[in-house]
Amino acid sequence: MNTRKFLSILTVGSLLFASCSNDDDNPVPVNEEELITKMTVSLVGGGQTINLIVADEDGEDGPTPPKVTVSGNLAVNTVYTGSVELLNESVNPVELINEEIEAEADVHQFFYTANSSLNIATTYNDKESDYNKEDGTAFTSTNPVGLKFTVTTTDAGTGTFTVTLRHEPNKSASGVANGDIANAAGNTDITQTFEISVQ
Amino acid sequence: MKRYTWLLVFLLGINLLSSQECDKTLSGRVIDFHDGVPLEAATITFNNRTIVTDAMGAYAISELCETAYAFTVSHEKCNSQVITLDIAKVSSKDFYLEHHLNELEEVKVAGANINKTTSGEEETIDSDIIEKYSSASLGDALKEITGVFSLNTGSTIVKPIIQGLSGSRVLIMNNGVRMQDMEWGDEHAPNLDVNTAGNVTVVKGASALRYGGDAIGGVVIIEPNKIPARDTLYGKTMITGGLNGRGGSFSSELIKGYQNGWFFKAQGTMKRFGDVESPDYILSNTGVFEKGVSVSLGVNKFTHGWDAYYSFVDNKIGVLAASHIGNIDDLINAINNQNPEIIRDFTYEINNPKQEVTHHLGKLRYFKRFEELGKWSTQYDFQYNQRFEFDVRRTEELSKLPSIDLELKTHTVTSDFNFDSNPNFLWNMGMLFRYQNNFANPDTGVRRLIPDYNKYDAGVFITGEYSITNDIMLDMGIRYDYNRMDAEKFYLKSRWDERGYDKDFAGFIKENFNSQWLTNPVFDYHSISATTGMQYIFKEDYQFRFNYALAQRAPNPSELFSDGLHHSAARIELGDLTIDQETSHKISIAAQKNTEKLGWEIAPYANVINDYILLEPVAVQLSIRGAFPVWEYRQSSVTLLGLDTKLYFNWHKNWRTDHSFSIVKGSENKKSIPLINMPPPKFDNGITYKNEDWFGLQMSLENQYFFRQNEYPSNISVFSPQQAKDVFLDINTPPKAYHVLNVDTSMKFEIGEKNKLKVGVAINNILNNNYRNYLNRQRYFADDLGRNFLLRVSINY
Repeated sequence: MNTRKFLSILTVGSLLFASCSNDDDNPVPVNEEELITKMTVSLVGGGQTINLIVADEDGEDGPTPPKVTVSGNLAVNTVYTGSVELLNESVNPVELINEEIEAEADVHQFFYTANSSLNIATTYNDKESDYNKEDGTAFTSTNPVGLKFTVTTTDAGTGTFTVTLRHEPNKSASGVANGDIANAAGNTDITQTFEISVQ
Repeated sequence: MKRYTWLLVFLLGINLLSSQECDKTLSGRVIDFHDGVPLEAATITFNNRTIVTDAMGAYAISELCETAYAFTVSHEKCNSQVITLDIAKVSSKDFYLEHHLNELEEVKVAGANINKTTSGEEETIDSDIIEKYSSASLGDALKEITGVFSLNTGSTIVKPIIQGLSGSRVLIMNNGVRMQDMEWGDEHAPNLDVNTAGNVTVVKGASALRYGGDAIGGVVIIEPNKIPARDTLYGKTMITGGLNGRGGSFSSELIKGYQNGWFFKAQGTMKRFGDVESPDYILSNTGVFEKGVSVSLGVNKFTHGWDAYYSFVDNKIGVLAASHIGNIDDLINAINNQNPEIIRDFTYEINNPKQEVTHHLGKLRYFKRFEELGKWSTQYDFQYNQRFEFDVRRTEELSKLPSIDLELKTHTVTSDFNFDSNPNFLWNMGMLFRYQNNFANPDTGVRRLIPDYNKYDAGVFITGEYSITNDIMLDMGIRYDYNRMDAEKFYLKSRWDERGYDKDFAGFIKENFNSQWLTNPVFDYHSISATTGMQYIFKEDYQFRFNYALAQRAPNPSELFSDGLHHSAARIELGDLTIDQETSHKISIAAQKNTEKLGWEIAPYANVINDYILLEPVAVQLSIRGAFPVWEYRQSSVTLLGLDTKLYFNWHKNWRTDHSFSIVKGSENKKSIPLINMPPPKFDNGITYKNEDWFGLQMSLENQYFFRQNEYPSNISVFSPQQAKDVFLDINTPPKAYHVLNVDTSMKFEIGEKNKLKVGVAINNILNNNYRNYLNRQRYFADDLGRNFLLRVSINY
């Protein structure tokens, strides 16, 4: 009687065990949807294009440090039209992340911070209402986004130029609309510092 | 049923009168079914005659006729038995009585609980204390026990720390089932409803081997109240409301018992709070919404029984909005700012970051007692744990997807035999088989933090308790556990090489996926644990205990396989495939005195852990998203030294004071580097006024003083891309000392004959002190809870 009960419990148990054993299907790799592997900041002015590029092939999880390249020096007293391109090159076809940022322009903002020795000024050249929401209609708000901007150089100098993309910044905080990151808060999606010179 | 038996006795009695030859005899003994001890002064009644057994339990009845008799055999504290015998065929008979009826009764836990170990350090909290935490969590309730702290993520995710150790080192037994709910994560709280507990015992260390050999920290044993074997229907409803968080909880249970041992129980809890508040601001996105139901039914007879139990818990927990940070600069800013960066208006809504966890637990248990031998129990249990963690992600679309989506299924079969026929020599032996499967859903769009795996466990143990005299008891036990971890994990090739796995573990590679390897790491672990100790009771009121416990714990999946950015902590966590078991040697000693007037306990301990697995910041890794501190698991031999002390005085029949102090120091043996997250010393003082005549009035005032933790690992220096220089990251510095003043008042009212109403009011943090707790992972971002008023009403019916 007891042996029978015990055996039946054992059988049920082992059946459950057996039914759960894996069928040896390999797991599939995760398609990383948030990954940005490359940012290209293009500065067009004075008849030339300067590219500031950062490429992080294995993303934030991987140990390989990002590769940073600056294609050339900026010229003095020049106005440059700036734009940003964000790519995820780990997928095929390569994904253009700009579209995502544009569709949620109201909760994203780029910040361009140059240290004082560089003698350059940056101003925003776009606003949220330039972009369409996911549903195809344009934003009505007019805070800056920073996918387009203007860089104006004056005297020669060398220093760092930092590009930061913040998610859910406090766009109404003091100075944020003028590109001051100090009160912006939010989460950082991208941040990269470039060593550049103005000659 | 009973009436029928009496009728039978009556009829048989008549039968006797009509019989002719009446010179037969019946003799034998009345014996305790349980341990075979002869029962003195048992009575055997038939017709109008009563025979009493002698000191040897023997009886002899003469002048019986050649017919059938119904004998009623009784003994104090036993269930009477009616046995019909045909004297024409039988002349000797031993009667077995169930002499442990009290075991089936509802156990009054207060003070007189049956211990889980003989020599180990343990403490139990009963339902009176648990009721106070009806709207809180298990971890909060456990802090009533000296030496138990908690590792918090905010105020709702609470993991117990026992004598300095937490996580996988603390085993949680929920109604006989070892919780398998991803205890490896610091922000993974136990998924159980504290309202299902009748009492909770904490065993501080690995001395309760039957539950597992890897409880280097200890075991938390949650047991429901026992259901009496009598015809009864009762229940309880608890309602708690809290001002801080503007919410409350509702919990209700109904229990039906039958004389024949059948029982049925149903219980449900609903709890909802909005954002809680610190003294100065709202802690945005800290709401909770929890639901739980449990049902059980079964038969609980003395000789055998079975029960089936099912519980379901569904927790939605908000994580402080300001604690979600992007990279190291955000963390530096948060630490420097002191105030949370996100403070919104109060809401019940729970947004990202949040956790949604469901846990199903089912159990089937059967037990049978064997005459003069003991009790055999066998159990099968199944658990299904589904964890979603939602983060603030780059787009709204992505934020709808969980960043972590793990499904953990566990099947366990356990069987044990408790040899309890000789009360001076108790043996327990048993075994365990477990299969566990973890599935990490790839649809999250985030690389898996924990890989898919299959885990197989098997264990055997034997423990014994030997009473040398009434005052001296010894216990010992040994356990062997086998664990096999069979995982399928993707590694970035760059990470694989950087870790050096290309040399050591090339054999694990299964398939090539562009930038990643699919690997199949398989590890086997053999662990031995053992314990021995003694308990010595002297001069009536004094007790001395000594215990040594050896325990080995195999690494958990997080320690082995973590690899990648942990968004909620903004750190890269790296496991290590070379990590092996950790081995703990713990010695604990306790001396205590308990009298009406006063009581005290002094319990020092030393825990030397070889190859202790610890997680600490080691470097900074750069990425396009900025710099992240890298936290690596590594092993080091460490020593924990601690002391738990308690003292109480009953100054007057109404007045009592309680005092307790606990301290633990942990450091690495080699360089004496202090261990991270060691609880600071804590000093508790409380005064209670109690007057049974005034509706059971009880008022208590308690002051908890938390010292500053002065021993902590050094801070690290990190490169801040924003500031373009190395910055000192004040990540380990503990916050300053603080104290919290709480008051609790309760009264009981009888309503009608059977109903009882209990009303309690509590005010926590009366002074509304600003403080930060070293053991709260959100201490970088915001102050802890401010004042809270709680009203609780419980109705027993």
